[in-house]
Amino acid sequence: MKAKFLIPLLLFVILVGFLAVGLNRDPHEVPSPLIGKQAPAFELPQLADPQKTFSPESMKGKPWILNVWASWCVACREEHPVLVELGKLQVAPIIGLDYKDKRDDAMAMLTRQGNPYVLSAFDANGRVGIDYGVYGVPETYVIDKAGVIRFKHIGPITMELLNKKIIPLLGELK
Amino acid sequence: MIPEFGHYALILALCIAVIQGILPLVGAHQGRREWILLARPAAQTVFLLLAMAFVILAWSFYANDFSVLYVAEHSNSQMPVIYRLGAVWGGHEGSLLLWIFLLSTWTFLVAQLSKSLDEFMVARVIGVLGLVITGLLLFVLLTSNPFERLLPAAQDGRSLNPLLQDPGLVFHPPMLYMGYVGFSVAFAFAIASLLSGRLDAAWARWSRPWTTAAWVFLTLGIALGSWWAYYELGWGGWWFWDPVENASFIPWLVGTALLHSLAVTEKRGGFKSWTVLLAITAFSLSLLGTFLVRSGVLTSVHAFATDPKRGIFILIFLVLVVGSSLTLYAWRAPKSTLGGKFSLTSRETFILLGNVFLVVSAASVLLGTLYPLLIDALHLGKISVGPPYFNSVFVPIMIPLLVLMGIGPWTSWKNSNLLDVIKRLWIAALVAVIAAGLIPFAMGEFTWLSSLGFLLAFWVIASGVLQIIRQAKAGKPTRSFIGMQLAHLGIAVFVIGVTMVGAYQEEKDVRMLAGESVSVGGYQIQLQSVTAVPGPNYKAMQGTFLLSRNGKLEATMYPEKRSYFSSTMPMTEAAIDAGLTRDIYVSLGEELEDKAWAVRVYYKPFVDWIWGGCLLMALGGILAMSDKRYRMKLRKAAA
Repeated sequence: MKAKFLIPLLLFVILVGFLAVGLNRDPHEVPSPLIGKQAPAFELPQLADPQKTFSPESMKGKPWILNVWASWCVACREEHPVLVELGKLQVAPIIGLDYKDKRDDAMAMLTRQGNPYVLSAFDANGRVGIDYGVYGVPETYVIDKAGVIRFKHIGPITMELLNKKIIPLLGELK
Repeated sequence: MIPEFGHYALILALCIAVIQGILPLVGAHQGRREWILLARPAAQTVFLLLAMAFVILAWSFYANDFSVLYVAEHSNSQMPVIYRLGAVWGGHEGSLLLWIFLLSTWTFLVAQLSKSLDEFMVARVIGVLGLVITGLLLFVLLTSNPFERLLPAAQDGRSLNPLLQDPGLVFHPPMLYMGYVGFSVAFAFAIASLLSGRLDAAWARWSRPWTTAAWVFLTLGIALGSWWAYYELGWGGWWFWDPVENASFIPWLVGTALLHSLAVTEKRGGFKSWTVLLAITAFSLSLLGTFLVRSGVLTSVHAFATDPKRGIFILIFLVLVVGSSLTLYAWRAPKSTLGGKFSLTSRETFILLGNVFLVVSAASVLLGTLYPLLIDALHLGKISVGPPYFNSVFVPIMIPLLVLMGIGPWTSWKNSNLLDVIKRLWIAALVAVIAAGLIPFAMGEFTWLSSLGFLLAFWVIASGVLQIIRQAKAGKPTRSFIGMQLAHLGIAVFVIGVTMVGAYQEEKDVRMLAGESVSVGGYQIQLQSVTAVPGPNYKAMQGTFLLSRNGKLEATMYPEKRSYFSSTMPMTEAAIDAGLTRDIYVSLGEELEDKAWAVRVYYKPFVDWIWGGCLLMALGGILAMSDKRYRMKLRKAAA
């Protein structure tokens, strides 16, 4: 067996190594280009009442939190108690963006685990998610009075992150 | 009940595919004739079963059977029938079923059209394809069953993403997959020849028309996708270097290299191990593309919901298929003999050079596509690679390739007098220089980049025309010769389109009231009115625009802003007035205050040449495949 004919196989082995590692990491944790920019506009029906709609426009004038979640997302269940805590503190309104979900499942999760959200917008096919660059669920955005995204976190937020980063930031923004 | 039949057909197809994948291969190895003879009937049965499963899924969509989860997620009763059928491959499960169905279609065609081929070879080829089908069927049945039930049934479906509700969805994926999957035939031929240890010119002769056919489908599929993005997405671009686009473009580049390398192997017996490697690579890249798209390991506008189980399964499958192929290659390829000798100025050299540029460009696109993943895996941070990388790396590699394209076809096999060729080509060089000097001024502005584009395009065109004239004088040119010239001409036409759009397109974002006009590229576009119009499953605001030039009315355009009932995001339906030398593109944006509308207009010179060029390439491929002399060769090969 001549060595040079092994080269393609070796290259492939290296590639597979990277792909395997890549599968186990969240490929989507890219720093958001949206930070410092206006939060993209949208209008979606509300989760609890499809007749009503929600648009970020209506939140102008106060800082608020946009949290992307879904009932099918395991990490969201982990994150949920933290959000419920945050909701109790009443530092800023939390708006949910229910991403690629089924309405009944989503409602069931909120009844079961508590509802930290002022309301949730229902993004059934994930179209708004594209505008926000949502790669994975959950994701959390802090948006200021003028509707500018000031902070973004991908993955579940923790109590530590809440105390060290999000609550102080919200204090500044007020 | 009917969807269960579909599920059952899939399970049965898996059982038969296992037989198709194992017995003929073992039979060919041990010389058992009765097992070898199983190959064809097994392939035919798998094809029929998968066709049945596919038709049943299509029927479930047609009949609005919302007790099938996949149907409920991707269709709804208000959707027009044509999109309901297109929705069959609008999601993950269905598009995988399409993938496998097309793979078995290719296998079926091989079984039908290889009557004169050596039985051992046919058995091996069909066996290899059977193994691939087995792996993918396992994937579908274990992780992505399209026939899964939703009980109790949904009242109505969730509907297809409005972006996908377009005739483009009906044609683009089958065309693209047909090409993608078609490289499996060349792959199976290559593996069969490695297995038999007979790495001769015969397998090249056999796999050539199959490879060309797959390449034609892939070319058309990519072009359709690009055209669809252009008129449907409302962004006005024609290529975005999106990972999913790249996943189809990389196999295209390698497939193009394979087409050329196969010619050398067939005619001169050279490049054997290189050609085999390209055949393996082209199909491996198709599989890798499937992995990238389906595992969600990369981010893309095309990415569907991520499910790590699926990613791991495809990765294992990829390792088995590609790993074993490359191991077989490392083991058997060294035994291949060298072909006829050739000098530095022969056609072989030029094809080899072209091959190198194509493979390097494919590797650079692959690197850019995988780069975010590599960097992340090495803990070096998170990055994303965009068009700037691809444009600055890919385009320079294409420049020498286009220069070679003007010379290569003039050279002859084995050895040719380059001085002679240069003497004949000075006219082409002159035409190219004149075009490069004049056209930019005619378009209103001279830039070096556009000048370079015209230089290369006209170099290829003039060289081709000169050669066609010479060949016509010498006697009737063969179809494969005309096919080759046509495909090269297609590249030149494509380059002209890209250059024109890149350098001279105009874009304007304006706020318009009824009665106001905007001018772009020498055209005036006046907004008449915006009115509400109903659609089958959406309501739309439709603008009426008058397009005129020098006061003369040329067309009335109706861009729309649609709200689909199933989704609250508005969709932009651009209006395009297409023409041979320019497209005018109008898209309706948001409604502003005081009845004003945000409007985006583009003037895109020669943009249709981009897809016209692809069409020419595909036509060239079809002509080359239908060459009479070529078919005689096939018969001779069989004898």
